[in-house]
Amino acid sequence: MDAGRLFYIVVSGVLVNNFIMSRFLGICPFLGVSKRVETALSMGIAVTFVMGMASVVTYVVQYALLEPLGLEYLQTIAYILVIATLVQFVEMVIQKTSPTLYQALGIYLPLITTNCAVLGVTLLNMQYQYNLLESLVNGIAGALGFTLAIVLFAAIREQMDFAPIPESMKGFPIALVSAGLMSLAFLGFQGLVK
Amino acid sequence: MKGVIKDFINGLWNENPIFRLVVGMCPTLAVTTNAINGVAMGLAASFVLVGSNAMISAMRNFISPKIRMPAFVVVIASFVTIVGMVMKAFLPELDRALGIFIPLIVVNCIIMARAEAFASKQPVVNSIADGLGMGLGFTLALVILGSIREILGNGSIFGINLFGASYEPALLLIMPPGAFMALGLLIGLINYLTRKPKDNEEKEGSH
Repeated sequence: MDAGRLFYIVVSGVLVNNFIMSRFLGICPFLGVSKRVETALSMGIAVTFVMGMASVVTYVVQYALLEPLGLEYLQTIAYILVIATLVQFVEMVIQKTSPTLYQALGIYLPLITTNCAVLGVTLLNMQYQYNLLESLVNGIAGALGFTLAIVLFAAIREQMDFAPIPESMKGFPIALVSAGLMSLAFLGFQGLVK
Repeated sequence: MKGVIKDFINGLWNENPIFRLVVGMCPTLAVTTNAINGVAMGLAASFVLVGSNAMISAMRNFISPKIRMPAFVVVIASFVTIVGMVMKAFLPELDRALGIFIPLIVVNCIIMARAEAFASKQPVVNSIADGLGMGLGFTLALVILGSIREILGNGSIFGINLFGASYEPALLLIMPPGAFMALGLLIGLINYLTRKPKDNEEKEGSH
């Protein structure tokens, strides 16, 4: 296995093509679940789990089911159903095995179904024609990038609670502008890989 | 009839998905590097919204509440697949520009939210009006944002050069940070312009 290529995928997924900061995938939870650092971290862990699994399962669905049967045009429908089922499954497993973690993630789990980062990563895996291992690595690296961004952002927003912000800019507008400044910082990674 | 018009206007401005409800952010930020992409993305999403709203509203009495979410998802995904195929066949260039954001319409919160909050409870005609209003409201927001970013970041609008060769475009605006900042400032500006005096007293819990 080409370790260099995997390393490239990781660096690209976490820093250079960060899912939130440069690909704009998963903005809804990024803005919605980033008020506290702990919840942001929980969300990140749950998303990492689901994105890793979704990458593997959709790979199998694509090459074992859709392509042999000539049903590639059903890709979108098949993937979203796989992801929805997966999220439900993960929810049940966590509930049985680790009630503490279930408590922590609670309401965020079902939300992951409509997180575009999950469907996005599976579609990107197919677009780049990654193999099974590369898909898995890409899924996890993308999710780690997501986690990194959402945790850093939550830390910034916690500080912002004490800042005097003009009435019209409160809430989403100021959050978006700060996200823009953060994205500017991530732009600095651009030269890392080409 | 009056109710239908009201449902239409509601999505267009009062509850504009981007400026008011602040949902469906991913495509909004990602594809608005120019105005044309904004129009294409908006219209594609509008088609899916109208189609899925009509279909879900027509089936609202047959879908058991327990399985409504998967049922909605399948309906929405079917319409998205139609849009994807049509765009690939007739507008390959736009399809390439919008990339994975076409299949990602499936997970656009606006569509699921309208299915859940409106179409599953209202008659077909009202649902179509709601879908059309929301879709065009979304398109309007994308075009405004896309135009701002294209004018400042590329010195053109709808691909037509505005300022001539001497203009030094602010490249930042068509890069990712520009998307966040432009949208944030735009929503702030709209809040400022439309704020009623009484809003000052209300303690507003941010989103």
